[in-house]
Amino acid sequence: MSDLEAFRQHTRDWLEENCPPSMRTPVKGFEDFYNGGRKPEIHHPDQKLWCDRMAARGWTVPHWPKEYGGGGLNKEEVKILHQEMARIGARRALDSFGISMLGPALLHFGSEAQKLEHLPKIVRGEIRWCQGYSEPNAGSDLASLATRAEDKGDHYLINGQKIWTSYADKADWIFCLVRTDNSGSKHEGISFVLFDMDQPGVTVRPIKLISGNSPFCETFFDNAIADKKNLVGEEGNGWTIAKYLLTHEREMISGFGAAAKKSVGQQAVENLGTDASGRLANSVLRQTIAQYQLDTMVFGATMARVGDEAKAGQGLGAASSIFKYYGTELNKRRNELNLAACGERALGWEGEAYNDGVLSRDWLRSKGNSIEGGTSEVQLNIIAKRVLGLPDA
Amino acid sequence: MALVLNEEQVMLKDSAAGFLREKATVAHLRALRDSNSEHGFSPAVWKEMAQMGWAGIAIAEAYGGLGYGYTGLGLILEQAGRNLSASPLQATVLVAATVIGELGSPQQKETLLASIAAGESLVSLALQEGSHHAPLNCAMTAQPDGDDFVLNGSKVLVQDASSADTFIVVARSSGAIGDEQGLTAFLVDAGTEGLAVERRMLVDSREASLLVLSNVRVAAANVLGAPGAAWPALGRALDIANIGLAAELLGLSTEAFERTVAYLKERKQFGRVIGSFQGLQHRAAELFAELELARSIVLQALHAIDDGQQDVSLLASAAKAKLCEVAQRATNEAIQMHGGIGMTDEHEIGFFIKRARVAQHTYGDYNYHLDRFAQLSGF
Repeated sequence: MSDLEAFRQHTRDWLEENCPPSMRTPVKGFEDFYNGGRKPEIHHPDQKLWCDRMAARGWTVPHWPKEYGGGGLNKEEVKILHQEMARIGARRALDSFGISMLGPALLHFGSEAQKLEHLPKIVRGEIRWCQGYSEPNAGSDLASLATRAEDKGDHYLINGQKIWTSYADKADWIFCLVRTDNSGSKHEGISFVLFDMDQPGVTVRPIKLISGNSPFCETFFDNAIADKKNLVGEEGNGWTIAKYLLTHEREMISGFGAAAKKSVGQQAVENLGTDASGRLANSVLRQTIAQYQLDTMVFGATMARVGDEAKAGQGLGAASSIFKYYGTELNKRRNELNLAACGERALGWEGEAYNDGVLSRDWLRSKGNSIEGGTSEVQLNIIAKRVLGLPDA
Repeated sequence: MALVLNEEQVMLKDSAAGFLREKATVAHLRALRDSNSEHGFSPAVWKEMAQMGWAGIAIAEAYGGLGYGYTGLGLILEQAGRNLSASPLQATVLVAATVIGELGSPQQKETLLASIAAGESLVSLALQEGSHHAPLNCAMTAQPDGDDFVLNGSKVLVQDASSADTFIVVARSSGAIGDEQGLTAFLVDAGTEGLAVERRMLVDSREASLLVLSNVRVAAANVLGAPGAAWPALGRALDIANIGLAAELLGLSTEAFERTVAYLKERKQFGRVIGSFQGLQHRAAELFAELELARSIVLQALHAIDDGQQDVSLLASAAKAKLCEVAQRATNEAIQMHGGIGMTDEHEIGFFIKRARVAQHTYGDYNYHLDRFAQLSGF
């Protein structure tokens, strides 16, 4: 038996033994994933158990190095772990911004001490992180951010306001873009700091969205304190880290729509029926759905191609901008088509008849996909200028 | 197979790009058109292509080809699309050789594919009869008569008909219009009595003629495969042909787009280059994204053929529909963004929109393939 086959067998046996049956059921929606933290949202008692068992092996973040609490697995082993989890329908044990966003940034830009301090707590789901980027006057033009960080020797004193802070009300720590210097261009003088949200100078207010849910908050800093040892990278070099992280965020948002089970076409057939030739009864809707499904397939092929190119050491410079732009527009199309295909069934707001309004709330939530993390228009600007080399106005 | 090109494929692509950029460009196509060339392509350049092995690029080594697969042929077709290179690459190499490979007996493959691979034979498929691609609606009759069949009817869109030495003629030997059963593919020599070519040049300056068959007698030995049973192998060959056309359209669209972006950086109005206007920048950026997506589906479809995947039909219709859509958008935007000069015959950009529409139409356009994509997807 090769090493990989042995690893597969071992993984299969371990998962069989340790994955609770309740964690082998599909999550209801995006918000049903376990996110950990000091005050975790528990939808099922086994969520924490499952996370703890996986974290003990570093398998909540299997590709991170062992010295930082990760699983230390190579690409092939990670693939096998995912395949074996998929085989029994096991949920991801832990899902967090620490894993998808801060972790990659720390691995790239953090000091050894910062990695040793923060990464293991992310792996174990002990600390839940949020991202402090956008401000009321710094949305698409993020580099105009004005939250001030004043040098007080061993710490910074932070004053200002962030907005659209995802799950700030549930997070323990924040990775935050602050202005440490006003003298140069707007991209200079930005720093990337980490600090605890549980302090008197931090106030969080959830924002209720058109979907009725509140995934975002307004976050206020009034003399909040950030230890200097938690400045990531050089002072004034935060924009580089921010751009690196936005790439990760864009890839994440562009993947939001990927988890769909039943195709829109099939849903439409169930609701509207077919004609004698087996075609969806409404030919106008059929064409729109076909275009959507075609683009979804082509988008999937592009994700696969870019992944293969990256493995082969090539790469598409503006890939993340294409993905963000196209993926979010696709997700909006999908949600509009859900409404068209399901009719009244998609318009419910709550109650069992409407599956708690998942379709309508997802539809409304999807409108934000092409706004958050850089609007579609900003993505098109980036492609036009950086990829096509078209000049500024 | 990973969705990247290996070293051998990159070399093939580069050498095809280099050769075609020199020998079979838009300027050459214009010269062929203006001189009313007999073939619509240059036999001398074709001979060179054949010497490089392109005529047998996708043909198995056992039959005298190079065995680079359809991914290899697709790379060449993409470059041919970029340069609008006129040659028998489409009619003989992509379509006819594929039909023979899918449908022929081992013996037929041995003789026919070897002579195609050697560049000695030009073969063209005669399939379409009406205004649109509808292969099962074939009405040309093939009446059994002793050991022979007698064919009557006509075909349009027969590529390179004046140059072909052999036609693959699809006719109905039994069954009713619309049936899969009863379709038969015949090998018919160009000189056969009763067969007439009415030469037609299409908008892309390439030949796609009318073929009229009046009591054409074909021996049973010249049936490709078994009588009445050409479908589904013919269907598979058409899937491959459409993927090849998608590869050509990818090259064509990419070239038209790149020329347009270059023009946006050079043309000045209102005191600045027009590429600085956001109204044009966003349209160009959207098209760039579409082209990146198009490239992925073409590569995936080409690999699916070479890997013998089960879902080639779905991928073929996906690739063709997507590339029809993208080619239409890219060429329309190319004309619009070039402005008045794009409307002139003197400028080359007009050649791209003309070839695009013919390639889009051939073996099913956007509407045909999007409909088929939906059907194959179960709705």
